[in-house]
Amino acid sequence: MSEPGLPTAPTVTPPAPFSGRRRAVSTSALVGVRLPSWAPYAAGAGAIGVALGLKALFGWEGWGTSFWTAAVLFVIGFTAWSFSVEGRRRAKDRFASTLIYASFVAAVVPLLLILFYIGVQGFSVFSWDFFTADMAGVTSRQEGGGLYHALIGTLELVLIASVIALPIGIFTAIYLVEYGRGTFARAVTFFVDVMTGVPSIVAGLFIYTFLLLGFGMRPFGFAGALALAILMIPVAVRSSEEMLKLVPRELRESSYALGVPKWRTILKVVLPTAMSGLITSSLLAIARITGETAPLILLVGYTTRVNYNPFSGDMATLPMMVWDQIGKRAGTTSSDLTTARAWGAALTLVLLVLILNIGARLLARLFRPKAQ
Amino acid sequence: MAKRIDVDDLNVYYGSFLAVEGASINIAPLSVTAFIGPSGCGKSTVLRTLNRMHEVIPGGRVSGQVLLDGEDLYGPGVDPVNVRRTVGMVFQKANPFPTMSIYDNVIAGYKLAGARKSKDEMDDIVERSLAGANLWEEVKHRLARPGAGLSGGQQQRLCIARAIAVEPSVLLMDEPCSALDPISTLAIEDLINDLKNSYTIVIVTHNMQQAARISDRTAFFNLASVGQPGKLIEYDDTSKIFSNPNEKATEDYISGRFG
Repeated sequence: MSEPGLPTAPTVTPPAPFSGRRRAVSTSALVGVRLPSWAPYAAGAGAIGVALGLKALFGWEGWGTSFWTAAVLFVIGFTAWSFSVEGRRRAKDRFASTLIYASFVAAVVPLLLILFYIGVQGFSVFSWDFFTADMAGVTSRQEGGGLYHALIGTLELVLIASVIALPIGIFTAIYLVEYGRGTFARAVTFFVDVMTGVPSIVAGLFIYTFLLLGFGMRPFGFAGALALAILMIPVAVRSSEEMLKLVPRELRESSYALGVPKWRTILKVVLPTAMSGLITSSLLAIARITGETAPLILLVGYTTRVNYNPFSGDMATLPMMVWDQIGKRAGTTSSDLTTARAWGAALTLVLLVLILNIGARLLARLFRPKAQ
Repeated sequence: MAKRIDVDDLNVYYGSFLAVEGASINIAPLSVTAFIGPSGCGKSTVLRTLNRMHEVIPGGRVSGQVLLDGEDLYGPGVDPVNVRRTVGMVFQKANPFPTMSIYDNVIAGYKLAGARKSKDEMDDIVERSLAGANLWEEVKHRLARPGAGLSGGQQQRLCIARAIAVEPSVLLMDEPCSALDPISTLAIEDLINDLKNSYTIVIVTHNMQQAARISDRTAFFNLASVGQPGKLIEYDDTSKIFSNPNEKATEDYISGRFG
C-alpha cells in the first residue's frame, strides 16, 4: 500500500530461486537450524562447571550461592546460545520451557522429599502393636505404645464431620446448579467462597465460643467434628458444584421432555451421571480435614487412652498425637522414642489420606458411565 | 391419539429479548410439518414452546396461545410435566442417558417418572418402542448394554424409541438428522414416514431436501436482521412452498439465493 502523495514503492521483486542465501546450513525453507538434542545437558554441565569454578575462586561457603549461580547461568547461557543459533522464536521457547520445567521441579521435589522422609522415618516404628496399642501409661522414655487411640479418634471425627458436611455440601451444590438464580444464589456462592478462606483456627474459635464457653462444656470429640464440618462444607460445595455443572444440559432436557419432573430428573439422571465426580469431590473434602489440627487443640484436647465416645471427654487424633509426641521431646535425653512415634503417626495420617484417595478412585471408576 | 396444534399470535422471549414475534400456525393431526429457515430465525425456539421446554432456559417466557386439541398449553394451572408427557421431543444431538442400558433408556420415561410397571409390561413397551424406531432387530440381543455404546444413528433412533415409549400425541424433532450420515438420515426419514401414521410430527431441519421429502406442510421462518425478532414468513403445503411460494423471501431462501 502506498500513501497518496508519496512516490509509489517499487514492485516487490519476486523471491529469488532458493539458493541457501538466508541460512547457510539449512537446505530447505521449512527446516530451521536446531540445537543438538544434547544441548540442554551441555549447557547445564557448563553452568554447573562455571558455578563450581566461581565457588573455588571466591571461596563461597556452602552450596546455596553456587546452586543459584548455576541456575541463573543456565537460564541466561542456554537462552543466549539458542538465540544465536536458532533465532528469536526458538530462544523464547527454550526460555519458557526452562522456567516451566524449573517450576515443576520446585513443586514436586519438596513433595517427594516430604513423602520419602516421612516414609523412612515413620516406617521404622510400624508394628502390629503400634496400631493396636494406645499411649496409656507410656512415658516418653519408654518404648512401645501406639496410635490406636488417635486412629480411632481421627476416624470418628472425620466420619461425623463427613456425615454432617457432605449432605449439606452436596445439597447446596444442587441448589446452586439446578435452582439457584439471582441475588440469593450469588450470595450463597459468595459466602461459600469466603468460608473457603476461613482459617481453621477461626472455625475452632467459633465452636469454642459457642459450645464450650457458651454452654460451659469440657472439650469433647463432637465439638471438633463440628469445626471440621464447617471447614469441609465450602470445599464440598465448590467441588460438587463443578461436578454437577459437568452434566450436559441436554440430558436434563431430554429427561424433562419425557415428562419427568425436575426433582426426579435431578435424582435419577443428574446425580447418577455425576456420581463418579461427586465421590471424588467428597473424598477431596475429607482429605482436606483429615490432617486438620488447629481447631482440635481447642475443642477436642488430647488423651492417651482410647475414647470411643465423641460426646464426652477428650479424644486423641493423629495430628494431635504428632503434636503431643514432638512436644514431649523437649527436656528428655531419650528423645528418639517420642520422635519416632510422632513420625509413625504422621505416616499413618498420610497413608490414611492415600487409602481414601485410592478408594475414591476405585469407587469413582465403578460408578463412571460406561460406553461398552 | 394424535392431536392437532394451533398456535395463535405467539411471542417468545428470552428475558426481555423478543426472539419470535406473532407466529400463528395450525398443524393437523397425523401430519408432518417442517420448520425451515436460516439460523437464529426462531424455528427451534417455536418448536420448544410446543411442549413448554422453552421455559427450562432461564428467562424463557411466551405470550399468546398454543392450543393442543383446543386446550391452551399456557393456560392457568397447566402442569408442564403433563404437557411434556403428551408432547414428546427428540433433540439435535442424540443423548441417551449415559448411566443406563439400552433397555433402561427406552423405559426411562416410566422409570424416571416413578411409574410402576410389571416386568412383562415393560418388556412389551421396550420391544414395541424399539420396533417402532426400527432399532429392535439391531439391539434385541444386547438390551443390557449401555446405550452410549451404539452408533450415532442408532443412538438417535434409541432417543426416538425413548420418546415414543411414553405414547405421546405429538412428536417434536429438533434437527434430528443434523449430526448423522446419509444412511442413518434415510433410516430416520423412513421412520418419520411410519410414525406419521400414529403421531403428529413437527420437525425442524436445515436440510431443505429433507423438508421436501418428508413433510406435508412447511413453515418458513426468517428474521430481518440479527437482533430483530424472527417471524413466520409463510406456511403452506410443502409442494407449494417448494414450487411456487407466495413470498419472495421464501423463494430466495429455497433457491439458495440467500441464507
